[in-house]
Amino acid sequence: MENEKLLPQVIIIGGGLTGLRAALEAAKSGVKAFVFSKVHPLRSHSVAAQGGVNVALGNNAEGREDSWELHTRDTIKGGDFLNDQDATALMCKEGIERIIEIEHWGCPFSRTEEGRIAQRPFGGGTFPRTAYAADRTGHALLNTLYEQCIRLKSEGLITFHDEWHVVSVIASDAICYGVIAYNLKTREVRAVISNAVIIATGGAGRIYRNSTNALINTGMGMSLGYLAGAPLKDMEFIQFHPTTLYGSNILISEGSRGEGGFLINKYGKRYLAEYPDSAKAMEMAPRDIIARNTVREIQKGNGFDNSYVLLDLRHLGGEKIEERLPGIRELSIKFAGIDPIENPIPVQPGQHYTMGGIDVNINTETNIKGLYAAGEAACVSVHGANRLGGNSLLETIVFGAIAGRNASEYAKGDYHLNESIVKEHEEKETERLSKILSSNGEKTQWDIWNALQATVMEKVGIFREKNKLKEALENIRGLINTYKDIGLTDKGRSMNMELYWAVELHGSLLISEALVMGALSREESRGSHFREDFPQRDDENFLKHTIVSYNNGSPALGYKDVDTSIMKPEERKY
Amino acid sequence: MNRYIFKILRFNPEKDKKARFAEYQVPLREGSTVLDGLFYIHKQVDPSLSFRFSCRGSVCGSCAMNINDSHRLACETQVKNLGSSIKIMPLRHLPVIKDLVVDMERFWQSYESIKPYLVSNSVNDKENIVSPAERKRLDGLIECILCGLCFGSCPVTALNENYLGPHALLKHTRFTEDLRDEYKGRLKTGVKKEGVWGCRNVFNCQEVCPKNLSPARAIIKTKLKVTRKKF
Ligand SMILES: Cc1cc2nc3c(=O)[nH]c(=O)nc-3n(C[C@H](O)[C@H](O)[C@H](O)COP(=O)(O)OP(=O)(O)OC[C@H]3O[C@@H](n4cnc5c(N)ncnc54)[C@H](O)[C@@H]3O)c2cc1C
Ligand code: FES
Repeated sequence: MENEKLLPQVIIIGGGLTGLRAALEAAKSGVKAFVFSKVHPLRSHSVAAQGGVNVALGNNAEGREDSWELHTRDTIKGGDFLNDQDATALMCKEGIERIIEIEHWGCPFSRTEEGRIAQRPFGGGTFPRTAYAADRTGHALLNTLYEQCIRLKSEGLITFHDEWHVVSVIASDAICYGVIAYNLKTREVRAVISNAVIIATGGAGRIYRNSTNALINTGMGMSLGYLAGAPLKDMEFIQFHPTTLYGSNILISEGSRGEGGFLINKYGKRYLAEYPDSAKAMEMAPRDIIARNTVREIQKGNGFDNSYVLLDLRHLGGEKIEERLPGIRELSIKFAGIDPIENPIPVQPGQHYTMGGIDVNINTETNIKGLYAAGEAACVSVHGANRLGGNSLLETIVFGAIAGRNASEYAKGDYHLNESIVKEHEEKETERLSKILSSNGEKTQWDIWNALQATVMEKVGIFREKNKLKEALENIRGLINTYKDIGLTDKGRSMNMELYWAVELHGSLLISEALVMGALSREESRGSHFREDFPQRDDENFLKHTIVSYNNGSPALGYKDVDTSIMKPEERKY
Repeated sequence: MNRYIFKILRFNPEKDKKARFAEYQVPLREGSTVLDGLFYIHKQVDPSLSFRFSCRGSVCGSCAMNINDSHRLACETQVKNLGSSIKIMPLRHLPVIKDLVVDMERFWQSYESIKPYLVSNSVNDKENIVSPAERKRLDGLIECILCGLCFGSCPVTALNENYLGPHALLKHTRFTEDLRDEYKGRLKTGVKKEGVWGCRNVFNCQEVCPKNLSPARAIIKTKLKVTRKKF
C-alpha cells in the first residue's frame, strides 16, 4: 500500500486527450497528478482521430456568423434531443477557450490565408467549424498535451505510470479512496490512495467484432466506475460508420464519398438507389442511413462473402485520387493490399463511437464522492443519441479540464483515509488476479471474446429488434457464467498478455450486458438506436436517459431526466 | 488461407538465460499483417508470446520491431510481401523486457531531455497568427509517431549510449522551426556532442521511417543553422 505523504493529489486513469488535459489542469491548481495508463499515453486511441475538432471560431470565410449558441443547437439536433442541453452549451462555449489555449501550447493546426486556425465543414454543422491539423488532428492534439505534461513532469507536478493496468476503483459507502493497479511489466499489485480519482479510459468499440477503434478500447475502464457503484448511462447508443476497411475495419473517411466514390454490390450496381431514404442523396446520404442500407444489401446476399461491399474510386482517375485522397490510398494499399486506382476498396459498416458511458453531471461528478469521469468513457451527455463528427475531441479537452479542476478542488479538502477499506480491497483484488492467473478451466477466453463480439455485432448492431436483443442478453449472461470456467496457460509475471485480456474481458462482458438491457428496454428509434419493431422516436415515453446500476452483483435498469432548457425537441430532418 | 512460418526470437527473463528462436506455423488470409500473425500465435498456439499493440493502423507507434532483418511496424507490414518464412526480432539497441517488448526508457529520456514543449508567453485571447508558409516549416517534423524504428536502426545509438537519437533530434528541429517558441535555451538542448554533432549521416532513419520523415535531414538543417550563426 502506497501512501504518498505529499497531499493533495489526484489519480487519473487514462493517458488519452481527456486524461492528459485533466492532469494539466490538476497541476495548474497545484495538485499532483498521477496518470495511470495501460499503454504509453501517446499510444492512446486519441492519437488516431483524423478529421478535426468542432469549435465556433468563425475563421472560415463561410462561417463568420458562427457562434457557440449555433454550435449548441446543431449538436442537440444531431443528438436527436437526448443531449443534456446545459452541458452541451457549456462544451460549445468553453471549447473556444480550450482550442485557443492548446494553440498557444504549440498545436500545429492547419491555417487560413490570414494565418488563423483553419476550419472545414463536417456533417450536421450549419457552418464550417471543424478545426484541423491536416488529417491527423488527434495526433497533433495528443502530442501537444503530452509535451506540456512533460514540462510539468519536470517540475514534479505530474507523474506517469505507463503500462499499469488499473483493475479496480476503491469505494465504499459512495466515497472514493483510490485505485488498485498492477504493473504490466512486473505484475506487482498496488493500492494507490487518493481522495480524488478521474476515469478517462475511452470508448468500448472492441465489444463489437467490427470496430474502427484501437484494439485496447474494450470499455473495461467504464466497468471500473460501474463496479464501484457509479451507474452507466445511455449505453445503447453506439455510432456506426458506413465505410471501414474490410478485414481491419480501419476508418475510410467520408471524404472518399465526398470526392465522388461509388458504393457497389457484387453485381457492380450502386445499391443505394434501391432504398427510398438514400435513392436521392445516394453516397452523400447521412452516415446512419448508408450504414443501414449497406447492411440490408449484404443481408440480401448482394455483398461479398456475406460481409462487405465495394467502394469504387477508379472512375475518379489516378491523378485525383493521389491529389485528394492520398491517405485513403495509403491505407488501402497498406492494410488491404489494394490500390484504389486499380481496384475497388472492400468496405463494411463498423462500430465507431460509444455515446454512453459512466453517468456524470455537468461537473463530471459521479454519484460517488471523489470519483469523476470524462471523455468517451463518460456520458455527460453532450452527444445525446448520436454524436456529430468533430465533437468528441472537443468533449475530451473541455470535460478533461473540468474534471481536473473539480477533482483538484475536492482533493484539497479534508483528507479521508480508511485503511481497513483500502486493505480489504487490496487483498480482494490481489486474490482475484491470482485466481484468474491460476485458473485452469476448460474454456479459453478467446472463445468468449469471439462469442461476445459476434453476439453484440449481430444482435445489437445497426438493426435491433426485441427477439434478437433478448437472445443477446441471454448469450451475454451465459458468457458471464462461462467466464468462471476459463483457463490460462501463461503464468509468467512480465507482460502477461493473456492475463491482461482476461481482466479486460470481465469488464467488457459487464458493460455489454448493460448495453443490451438499455437497447431492449428502449422501445423507440432515436439517433443511432434503430429498432425495427419501433421505427419512430417516442418522446412521450423515451425522452430520458437510460441508467443501469450494478448493485450486489446484479444490474438494475432505471431512467433519468434530460435537460431541455434551451430548445424544444422537434423532428430531426436535414 | 496461406501458410507462413514465423520464426520469433523469444526471451523470458524468468526462465531463459539467452534468447532463442521459436517456430510457428501460421495460416493467414489474404491482406493479413505481421500483427495479425502474432495475434494468431498468441491466441491459438502460445499465449505466452508478448508484444505491444494498440491502434493496428500505423498511427500509435506501439508495434515497432525487426522483421526479416529490417525495421518495420508489425501492424502495417503485409505478410504476403515477406516470403513464406518470416523472421521476427525485437527492436534493436534497447534492452528486452520480454519477447518482442523492449524497455523504451532511454528512448523517452532522451526525448524529454530536449525539452519537447513549446514555451510561449503569449497571453492574448486569440490564436497566434501563423501564415500557411510559416506553418509549412513544420511539415515533415510534426508527423512523428515516436515508434522507435529510427532509433533501432541507427548505428550511432548502438555505439554511443549517450547519443540522443534521431527521434529526439527530429523533435528538436520541430521546435527550433516553430516561430511561436520562445524558449531561450532551445538550440542548446540538441546542439551538442551527443546531439546533432553525433549524427554520422547514415540515413537509416530516413529509410525505415513509416511516415516518410527524415530525422537525418532535420539534423543537417540544425547543423547548418548553427554553423551559419557562428561565422
Ligand atoms: C478512427 C477514429 C477517428 C476519429 N476521428 C475523430 C475526429 O476527427 N474528431 C472527433 O471529434 N473525434 C474523433 N474520434 C473520436 C475520438 O478520437 C475519441 O472519442 C477520443 O479521442 C477519446 O479520448 P479519451 O481521452 O476519452 O480516450 P482514449 O484516447 O481512448 O484514452 C483512453 C486511455 O485510457 C487508458 N486506459 C483504459 N483503460 C485502462 C485501465 N484499465 N488501466 C489503465 N489505463 C487504462 C488507455 O491506456 C488510454 O491512455 C475518432 C475515433 C476513431 C475511432
Ligand atoms: S499498433 Fe499502432 S502503430 Fe502498430
